[in-house]
Amino acid sequence: MLNLLWLAPAFPLAGAAVLALFGSRFPRKLVSLLGVGSIGLAALVSFLVGWSFLASPPPGNAFLLPLWTWMDAGSFRADFGLYLDPVSLLMLVVVTFVGFLIHVYSTEYMRHDDGYARFFAYMNLFVASMLLLVLGNNLLVLYVGWEGVGLCSYLLIGFWYRDPANVRAANKAFLVTRIGDTAFAIGLFLLFTHLGTLDIQQLMQRAQSQWEPGSGLAIAAAALLLAGACGKSAQLPLQTWLPDAMAGPTPTSALIHAATMVTAGVYLIARTQALFRLAPPVQLAVAVIGATTLLMAACSALAQRDIKRVLAYSTISQIGYMFLALGLGAWSAAMFHFMTHAFFKALLFLAAGAVIQALHHEQDMFRMGGLRTELPVVFWSFVIGGSALAGLPLLTAGFFSKDLILWQSWAGPNGNIWFWLCGMAGALLTSLYTYRLIFLVFYGPPKAHVAARPGLAIKLPLVVLCVLSIVGGYADTPPHFGGTPALSNFLNSTLPALEEVHVGPITEVTTALCASLMFAAGFSLAFVLYYRRRVEHPSETALARFWSAGWGFDQLYDGVFVRPFIWLAAVNRNDVVDAAYAGIASAAQECSRVLRLTETGRVRWYASGLALGSAVFLAFVLLTR
Amino acid sequence: MILFWLVAILIAAGVLAGVAARWSDTAPRVICLGALATDFGLCLGLWSGHYPALATIGPPRWFAELSWNWIPQWGIRFHLAVDGLGLALILLTLFLGIMAVLASWRGIQRSAGFFHFNLLWVLAGVMGVFLAVDLFLFYFFWELMLVPMYFLIAVWGYERRIYAAIKFFLFTQISSLLMLAAIVALAVLHQSATGSYSFEYEDLLSMPLAPGTEMLLALGFLAAFAVKLPAFAIHTWLPDAHAEAPTAGSVILAGLLLKTGAFGMLRFVLPLFPNAARQLAPWMMTLGVIGILYGAVLAFAQTDLKRMVAYTSVSHMGFVLLGIFAMNDIALQGALIQMLSHGVSTGALFILAGALNERLHSRDLRSMGGLWDTMPVLSGAGLFFVMASAGMPGLGDFVGEFLVLTGTYRVSPVLAALGALGMIAGACYALRLVQTVFFGPNVHNWRFPDAHWYEWSVAAPMMACLLWIGLYPQPVLNVVRPAIDGIRHQIAVSTLAKR
Repeated sequence: MLNLLWLAPAFPLAGAAVLALFGSRFPRKLVSLLGVGSIGLAALVSFLVGWSFLASPPPGNAFLLPLWTWMDAGSFRADFGLYLDPVSLLMLVVVTFVGFLIHVYSTEYMRHDDGYARFFAYMNLFVASMLLLVLGNNLLVLYVGWEGVGLCSYLLIGFWYRDPANVRAANKAFLVTRIGDTAFAIGLFLLFTHLGTLDIQQLMQRAQSQWEPGSGLAIAAAALLLAGACGKSAQLPLQTWLPDAMAGPTPTSALIHAATMVTAGVYLIARTQALFRLAPPVQLAVAVIGATTLLMAACSALAQRDIKRVLAYSTISQIGYMFLALGLGAWSAAMFHFMTHAFFKALLFLAAGAVIQALHHEQDMFRMGGLRTELPVVFWSFVIGGSALAGLPLLTAGFFSKDLILWQSWAGPNGNIWFWLCGMAGALLTSLYTYRLIFLVFYGPPKAHVAARPGLAIKLPLVVLCVLSIVGGYADTPPHFGGTPALSNFLNSTLPALEEVHVGPITEVTTALCASLMFAAGFSLAFVLYYRRRVEHPSETALARFWSAGWGFDQLYDGVFVRPFIWLAAVNRNDVVDAAYAGIASAAQECSRVLRLTETGRVRWYASGLALGSAVFLAFVLLTR
Repeated sequence: MILFWLVAILIAAGVLAGVAARWSDTAPRVICLGALATDFGLCLGLWSGHYPALATIGPPRWFAELSWNWIPQWGIRFHLAVDGLGLALILLTLFLGIMAVLASWRGIQRSAGFFHFNLLWVLAGVMGVFLAVDLFLFYFFWELMLVPMYFLIAVWGYERRIYAAIKFFLFTQISSLLMLAAIVALAVLHQSATGSYSFEYEDLLSMPLAPGTEMLLALGFLAAFAVKLPAFAIHTWLPDAHAEAPTAGSVILAGLLLKTGAFGMLRFVLPLFPNAARQLAPWMMTLGVIGILYGAVLAFAQTDLKRMVAYTSVSHMGFVLLGIFAMNDIALQGALIQMLSHGVSTGALFILAGALNERLHSRDLRSMGGLWDTMPVLSGAGLFFVMASAGMPGLGDFVGEFLVLTGTYRVSPVLAALGALGMIAGACYALRLVQTVFFGPNVHNWRFPDAHWYEWSVAAPMMACLLWIGLYPQPVLNVVRPAIDGIRHQIAVSTLAKR
């Protein structure tokens, strides 16, 4: 059964190829069937593979499916193969299943779009690339998927290409992530040169046996991979592209810019955790980046008025939690939060899409209101997804996964009080901006006319994701409260087990209580501000504008990098080097002009020239003899 | 003997095509396709005949060889031979030749006979360059490429075609004369060492040279090859020639003529002058990196679509130069893959630019925009080739660039990192191209027919080729490996001799 693994990326790839080549001639029903069916089959394959993996685990709890030798250039060799272990299995199942739900949703959401087949071609290609990223046995195969998802992200952000703003957003996303990708590529050169392979398992073994913890090479390699991860996962300082990426169709935002692609950086670090453990300063940097990003993005989420941008900043912030977990060494906690986040964030985006479509593409929350009764399914989706995001204690998935990270931020090997405080502050902000959104959109007086109500293809994925946003948390419940950390145990064969180094004065019980308190505080604050007092206008203070603009990073990069580059390029459009050759050419022409002056046509002038020349020549011969 | 026919068929078909134009306008095109397809078949036969042996036993030095006396008193022979390196490149030559004929099916109406005569003779020259192992013969073919190319630009080019053609001719001719001097000097040195003149590659390989002489002669060869490549600072003929040439001319210039420069370095500079090459390597690699970045930035700034694509060639060929002078097996094979895939991806972009020009009668980026609306198929193909050119993994250019940079990292991590910045710069121009040509609103309200049959028949094989090199380059790598090993062996031997 495990040998069928290659079908998981192959179905979506085939779907993408067929739709790209012939999709424009197919009727819509056939396009839907192909586009959704290919992902459905991929999901089916991944369930079968997963079931067989769990039922009879392969030796070493890992399975390698070699496909072909990609390149064998003398001393360089890279094989194309798929590697399945608990971590990639988790990603595989989440990507295909959530992907399938989002594809189903898209059949209704995109039904009137003239680029229907193109949309599904891109989405299918995305899923294929993502699966390659997740399953690649070799960092180079992973890199193919890595760039492939970037390409699809670019194509889908710019899907409505007629609007130049969308194209600019797409370009920004591609370029900013490309910067990280380039660092990643340099990391690959370094790893290959010093360790002689790019096969992930061998690489990790060789790194552990050849590099001392804290050695310069390990630090450099880990730092370069971290830069790549920051680009893809929109972490500081490469986070600026994600809010603009919301220009894409909402199903795209749900799949690519919330549930799957943006967590690729988390996956990369978890996959190469052995390397990061050899580089303690870099691992600490991961935690610091995560903690800083989660706070900054949460503040920005608080100041947005566009419903999708709130969710975008929220995504950056939640991935910040995952980075924090990775930096703490709580590897499985990061993967757990990845899973629950995929469920509830996809849910929130899909629900937001339903709102946007119901209101004629209105995205400004301050022009919404009172939708609770108009769109009940969407409302409950937001309540469940939002509560999971904010961490409603004991009921929702988000509580358990976030609580694990919060507890590890104190108790874990890299934990300290600062990380713990950052995590708590983040929890407060998360709860505040989530309920701000819900109160603004669903309560108060209705401000916009509901034009369309979601149909079955939209409701069904919402309901399934609602269930998962609640149930998903029970995959891993804290043992201190009598739960079983099933997911952590499952991941333990790949990722090191969670450790509890610091005990007291903060205990797991205090952490959980504090987190619940933060949730309640955020909720109450939002209730007072946006339900009771019903703030009708976004805050216009300097701080709010600063936060709303994402802490000024766009202006900074624009001034420091973008404008100088464009200026430099424009100044040298005609290539200064060519001026040198043009100079030679005009000098030759000038010489020719001057010499032509001697050609007067007068015999006397020629004769005197002849005489003078002969005299000089004779004098030269006689004098130098 | 097969090697003789490879060249002779093209020469003869060229004459025939020139004559046939009197009868019909299509005849020269069909004759061209027939001749090129025949050659292509012959080369595939060579490939498949030798491919199984590569894996098992050590392959012979040459897959096929032909040696006739030509001017015996000066030791000049009509000596053709092909190894994996040459074979890969003549396959590229014939492939792109077929593409070039198809791409100009409608575009060239004026004196089609003379056009196709020139086309086939350039290709014959290029084939000869890849096959000749007598330096005199090599120079003969080197010059044979030049004249028909000059006519292609000067007769069928765009507005500034005369300027571009003269510039192309002067740059190439002046640098070629330096090479000619070096070739003659080599033959004379051989005479003073052994008593007889020789232009034979194998004879000259084993001839010891004094360090100063070696450097001087190496520079003579390098001058010609670096101009053709082109390396930074002597690249300025390229944007003019590429932009002003007709589509087929641009395809052959970018796809093939540039490759002859790189081929010359691999075939002659490294093996004949290994010590000098090693001394020059840091400088040449630096030039390569400057070319990568400088070309990309200039490509980004252009407002003329063909000039933009032309500058991307400067950038891509910078990778080739970097790889050649990194001199290890990874980088050298990467350089070769980069040569092949650049030929295809950039050739395709020039064909795209030609197809757009046929419709818009303009190469100005500002007159484009929103073309996806009216030509989704052609735009989709364009997107594919732009992404190939930007080094998207899974497509050919990525394999080349990755191997070059991996190999370079062993020699100089700094240069590899700077070269990798070319990935970002490459994304800049690629995105700008897509943005200004295909995306955005269709403000000019263009309405055009989408891809014609001859455009499809060009795009599809080129896409397949890039995917093939990108996902399974092994057949290419296996074929060129012995030749690459030979070059490295030559360098290693000279290092030992020096000690």
